[in-house]
Amino acid sequence: MVLFIEKIPEKDVALDSFGCHWQTTLESLLARGRSAGADFVEIFLENVDHLGLLAEQDSITSVSPSFGKGAGIRVFLGKRDGFVSTNDLSANGLSEALDKALGMLSLQVQDSSLFSFEGLGDLTDFSTQKKLWLENCPKLKEATQTILLATDLLDKKGKHLQARRGSYSRIWQEVLVAASDGTFSKDIRLHQSIGVNVLAADREFRSSIGRRYGSSDRPNDLREWDPDLSTREVCESADKMLYADYVEAGQLPAVLANKFGGVIFHEACGHLLETTQIERGTTPFSEKIDHQIANTAVTAIDEGSTDGAFGSLSMDDEGMKPQKTILIKNGVLKSFLSDRAGELRTGHPRTGSGRRQSHTFAAASRMRNTYIAPGKYNPEDLISSIDNGLYCKSMGGGSVGPTGQFNFAVEEGYLIKNGELSKPVKGATLIGEAKEIMPRISMCANDLDLAAGYCGSVSGNINVTVGQPHIKVDSITVGGR
Amino acid sequence: MNSLPIDMNKLTVNLLDRMNKYVSKYSIKQWDLGATASTDSSVQVDHGIAKQLKGSQRSSVTIRVWNNQGLVGITSTSDLSDAGLQKSVHGAYEASLFGNPNESPQFSELCKAPLPKLERPLKKLLGIQNILEILIEAESSLLSTHKSISSVPYNGISESNYQRIYINSEGANRSLNNTQASLYLYARAEELRKKPRSSGSVRLALGVEDLDIDGCILEASKRTISHLNYIPIRTDKYLVCFTPEAILELISSFSSMFNARAVIDGVSLSERDSIGKKISSPIFSLCDNALHPSNIGATSFDGEGTPTQNITIIESGRIKNFLHSEATARSFGVKPTGHAGMGAKASVSPDWFEIGRSKEHKNKTNNLNHRNSNEEFVLIESLNALHSGVKASQGSFSLPFDGWLVRNGETISIEAATVAGDIIQVLNNIVEIEMDSIVTHSGISPHVWVDGLSITGEA
Repeated sequence: MVLFIEKIPEKDVALDSFGCHWQTTLESLLARGRSAGADFVEIFLENVDHLGLLAEQDSITSVSPSFGKGAGIRVFLGKRDGFVSTNDLSANGLSEALDKALGMLSLQVQDSSLFSFEGLGDLTDFSTQKKLWLENCPKLKEATQTILLATDLLDKKGKHLQARRGSYSRIWQEVLVAASDGTFSKDIRLHQSIGVNVLAADREFRSSIGRRYGSSDRPNDLREWDPDLSTREVCESADKMLYADYVEAGQLPAVLANKFGGVIFHEACGHLLETTQIERGTTPFSEKIDHQIANTAVTAIDEGSTDGAFGSLSMDDEGMKPQKTILIKNGVLKSFLSDRAGELRTGHPRTGSGRRQSHTFAAASRMRNTYIAPGKYNPEDLISSIDNGLYCKSMGGGSVGPTGQFNFAVEEGYLIKNGELSKPVKGATLIGEAKEIMPRISMCANDLDLAAGYCGSVSGNINVTVGQPHIKVDSITVGGR
Repeated sequence: MNSLPIDMNKLTVNLLDRMNKYVSKYSIKQWDLGATASTDSSVQVDHGIAKQLKGSQRSSVTIRVWNNQGLVGITSTSDLSDAGLQKSVHGAYEASLFGNPNESPQFSELCKAPLPKLERPLKKLLGIQNILEILIEAESSLLSTHKSISSVPYNGISESNYQRIYINSEGANRSLNNTQASLYLYARAEELRKKPRSSGSVRLALGVEDLDIDGCILEASKRTISHLNYIPIRTDKYLVCFTPEAILELISSFSSMFNARAVIDGVSLSERDSIGKKISSPIFSLCDNALHPSNIGATSFDGEGTPTQNITIIESGRIKNFLHSEATARSFGVKPTGHAGMGAKASVSPDWFEIGRSKEHKNKTNNLNHRNSNEEFVLIESLNALHSGVKASQGSFSLPFDGWLVRNGETISIEAATVAGDIIQVLNNIVEIEMDSIVTHSGISPHVWVDGLSITGEA
């Protein structure tokens, strides 16, 4: 069936949920885009229901629900693309947005055209089992009670606490992707995260510790969360770090703990394996497929399918099922993370990694659940192999610069002396370059675990998982005082 | 995308009518609303070819309601349809049932006060094809400035029209309409057997035609080339000179020191009684000057409708004022300062910092000058990774930076290093503030000298 341009149908567009009733409207828009000469047209529709809660000390201080709808329309001509986002989901609003995207590429709708559009396929609906997710999430009363319980537990378990905070965020997102290659897919996503933070202060000593827990697709996540365990961990860390000395700067061997320790791989290497970095010419690994880029101890994976993990997806934001991508195997680079534009511009096949914060961003190749695979050692083996070094029990955030230099704040650190953990230290930053550090990861323990986080990059802030077992880096620059 | 996004006068009347209708269902007598609408266009290029062209048309509304117990609820939406607005009013009402009885915001006592006059004429939007051509030319010019500059991996030009309103149930009615344009060029240079180096420049203006494009190209090129030859630096304590950009970045990261919200919440380094107390070297002064003519993104009112202003924060090394929302001002017994967002618990944030010498040091001669000092010092051009390397509530920082080691008048780039310290010590160890103030895209400041800062290098 070849579709012809006609007036974009208005009916049904205002219905609350996305689905097959959008098909005629979307097909007309896609046909219109193709008739103008676009090689490819993609429409991303989004409906979001968000709830944010903040408890401070013993009060709920902020309840902030928000709702929104919008569309992102992307048009490709050769390797170029134009992208327009709009809040206006009326037929006219979408049509106008499409025309603007076409105009960016100097394309205009023609009365007759050689370019055809064969129509959308059947709707691939990943949301069929998810219709009741939003309804099944904790209501405001239940959520506020749980978060207040957490701040109360912080008070009971903590010492010298000057500020206690608990937060909860629930994002329900319904998305629909329609594209001129026939892609027609729908999904519902649910992401919940819980944060606990404390600031301990005694005279001139201060320590601030935070933890975030996150899940995808689990309406009962807040109910199943263990506030007792989480608050105990945070209070213990704050207590240990309160009187810690500042670390002395220098080159040291380091052991990075599992879970959020994986942020080092995420920032230092993961970003350099996204095709957006090849496009920019900012990765040193662009010509290194099948080359040794890391120590043979390192195998690294990115996937979107771990049950309940914060970065898991049923489909990416371009309608593709996420794949399990082996990035590095025994130190050898095997694959890049690619989206539609990445495939077009770099030749690396799509991996179901096209992601975006919202309809206001075009999708880009991004990480999902990224981790270093477990090795054969016990964590203690790594520590006992070091005479004088640093144990990074908990990492803060980090970032990577345009020439591949990375840095990470160490939230909770301990010196290693003669193969054993010694006194706590604060103020440490790990600094280096991926291509220099990856060969120095010489030991991986057998205790892989994952942690939830947020990643900000070219297509906005997205939820991801980082992870690793305990790993040993033979030598790294530690910034301190 | 050349047209104004929305007729805001029409929208104001429309929202006012609809709000009065919807809130009556919940017996809500007090409410306020902030709405924004914008159109933006932006482009990025790669070696003369448009890489991505982007446009957006956005609108959103934030609604606050006070229920009959005086508790506040808030919600926001981008769906301005009747159904969207009704859903939002309902959401705000529901949220108000969980409002904080210990601290409820009220309307700002200044929400109907006269607004400062800002000279920000609306500029013509050129359209995406025109700004694309400008960027292609700028990229080409930058590439041609030096043979080692191989690409400009991070670049972009954008123009936008931004409109905002604030209305409330007691008749406050604020609106503004701004245009803004930006250009950023971050070049990458590489020489044989050396690490790639990168640096760049940013310019803001009211419209694309006012952007200092040549200046941006020149600065990006000069900075990038200046880092081509580099040396490792040994780990030690150094005399450091911060460029205006760098010191503004550092002070902004610790702005919770002057933020009344953070003080009340116990996460600031300052306390309620810190006003009048010494916090820095006596030569240092700091203002937050939302109204400075070079503040391109200036607005005349904050999220609560309070007029913005130029306010002194530190004078002669002592804290003079905190920044306030309505609620924090009421708690301190002062007037709101025009720094609030809109919320059940309104956030407070600075506008545009102005660093300078305090009054009594204004005309004293410089002991140190980054252009001709004979001292050995580190010149910090820009700080990186502020989001992860700053512990604002502890006062500590450990930040990678781009900069140079200056020795015997010779300037050479530092390969890779971090600077670490405590912000209170930094403020107290300021040994010189140069005479010449320089306008940056995020504020205004002279070069500022600090003694004894820890720098970690790889040498």
